[in-house]
Amino acid sequence: MSSTLAPDEVERIAHLARLSLTAEERDLYARQLTAVLQYAEQLREVDTEGVAPTSHPLALSAPLREDELRPSLPRNEALDQAPDADREAGLFKVPRVLGA
Amino acid sequence: MTLPTTAAAIRRAVASGRVTATEVCRTALDRIRQVDGVLNAFRSVDEEGALARAAEIDRRREELMHLPLVGVPVALKDNICTRRMPTTASSRILDGYRPPYNATVVERLESAGAVIVGKTNCDEFAMGSSTENSAYGVTRNPWNPERIPGGSSGGSAAAVAARLVPLALGSDTGGSIRQPAALCGVTGFKPTYGRVSRYGLLAFASSLDQIGPIAACVEDVALAMTVLAGHDPRDATSADAPVPDFAGGVSDGSLSGLRIGVPRALISNGVEPDVLQAVEEALTVLAGRSAKLVDIDLPHSRHGIAAYYLIATAEASSNLARYDGVRYGVRGPNAGRLLEMYESTRGHGFGAEVKRRIMLGTYVLSAGYYDAYYRKAQQVRTLISRDYDAAFEQVDVIALPTSPTGAFRLGERTSDPVLMYLADVFTVGANLAGVPAISIPCGLTSSNLPVGLQLTSRKMDEATLLRAAAAYERATDWHERRPPIGA
Repeated sequence: MSSTLAPDEVERIAHLARLSLTAEERDLYARQLTAVLQYAEQLREVDTEGVAPTSHPLALSAPLREDELRPSLPRNEALDQAPDADREAGLFKVPRVLGA
Repeated sequence: MTLPTTAAAIRRAVASGRVTATEVCRTALDRIRQVDGVLNAFRSVDEEGALARAAEIDRRREELMHLPLVGVPVALKDNICTRRMPTTASSRILDGYRPPYNATVVERLESAGAVIVGKTNCDEFAMGSSTENSAYGVTRNPWNPERIPGGSSGGSAAAVAARLVPLALGSDTGGSIRQPAALCGVTGFKPTYGRVSRYGLLAFASSLDQIGPIAACVEDVALAMTVLAGHDPRDATSADAPVPDFAGGVSDGSLSGLRIGVPRALISNGVEPDVLQAVEEALTVLAGRSAKLVDIDLPHSRHGIAAYYLIATAEASSNLARYDGVRYGVRGPNAGRLLEMYESTRGHGFGAEVKRRIMLGTYVLSAGYYDAYYRKAQQVRTLISRDYDAAFEQVDVIALPTSPTGAFRLGERTSDPVLMYLADVFTVGANLAGVPAISIPCGLTSSNLPVGLQLTSRKMDEATLLRAAAAYERATDWHERRPPIGA
């Protein structure tokens, strides 16, 4: 485990997580996340050789059902809470993805 | 005339026609208006909707009087979706959001005759142990307004403690029902993972989250569970298991034959002396009710916080990806291109702790770190669960303090995330193992702050837990103590 997070590493993670950070936040998080990771280093003491990881507390099944039509959220209700939408065309609107 | 204050008593009074649902509802709304300026337990109050519902119950009393929560005012943590009512999870990113659907628990409460009065403040997206991470101001502890109410369901616990409502729902990912219940001197219950549908709960860490009730006594918690529990096809993690009569089990008083395990090594360190003393006295009371105390060991539980914060943040980083400024919520400023829009929306919309956890979770899931952190934490989770399994071979219930300290001062821990995380040291185990746990009032510290006793049992064995908690309650009067604001 590498348990020190440098500010440029914090910036890389913030980008992966799609978070804009101020320079102040970046430096603060570098310090605080380093402290949390150093605390988590104690897990290295635990012998987990051959121990299966738990991703979930219950033994889950994947039940099947008939493929039948059921009512779902009406389109106008789904669009109702959007920050930007073309309600007549039934579309969410986002800023441009490609181009200059 | 004095109105009844517990959910069970209100139900009986409304059903018999001794009081009207409208009188009960108005009393709750008046109390909220009087004291919530100081507490800030509520994020929003639906006066009009609540009074309309109460009037409907009064009009149809003959027809509805058999319902288990008829006329009972209920508050919901603000991370539980309510159709066309504000649901923000105390985050700026959901300011003004009104969901198009109800959570399953909301439908169940309404079908049971409950009157939903409003939504309660919490740590943003349920991430915190003090309710200080709300974007809408801190909630104050009714026992001492300079202290935190615990978190993340701090608004729900404070609302019940101050007797604004008899019943509130919270959500518990690492202690977020039990710890605030303990610090506010009320009863908080985290059911077995899967027992209560999570459909419509804004997800934080899906393998740990569970909705549960907070009330002033065990009887009310059991009553609420009869309504909340049960399989829901809309939640794939909901357990398809028979639901026992939680409320009926509580009336059986004796603890003869019950074995209660005490993990001595785990509580030998870092517990405030007043808290430890109150818990020791509670164990003596339980022994006095013929329960047998047994020393047990949960050797991996001391690593619970480390494993929990890696797993919970990893799941959170994935769950909170949905808040991207496209389908709901508040879009950030300076949104030039799509990518900038995402970063601006999330950078401005999320508060400091949520960003900290998303980053930690993103890091532990990222290439090169996954095995060392995330997978390792999941393996330790297995060992923690096995410790519980082994303990439950020997005992029926495990007893612990809920919180190692009484309520701390506002601002005392906000600059030190690790210190804040350690508030959950005795509660995360139940979430990691998926077992049910309850916190009940068991004393006051020398600073007059409540102490909670935590009891845990086997998966799906809530009935035993409630029976033990009810027997303790009957032998003591800590649950009847009221804070200055709730008197």
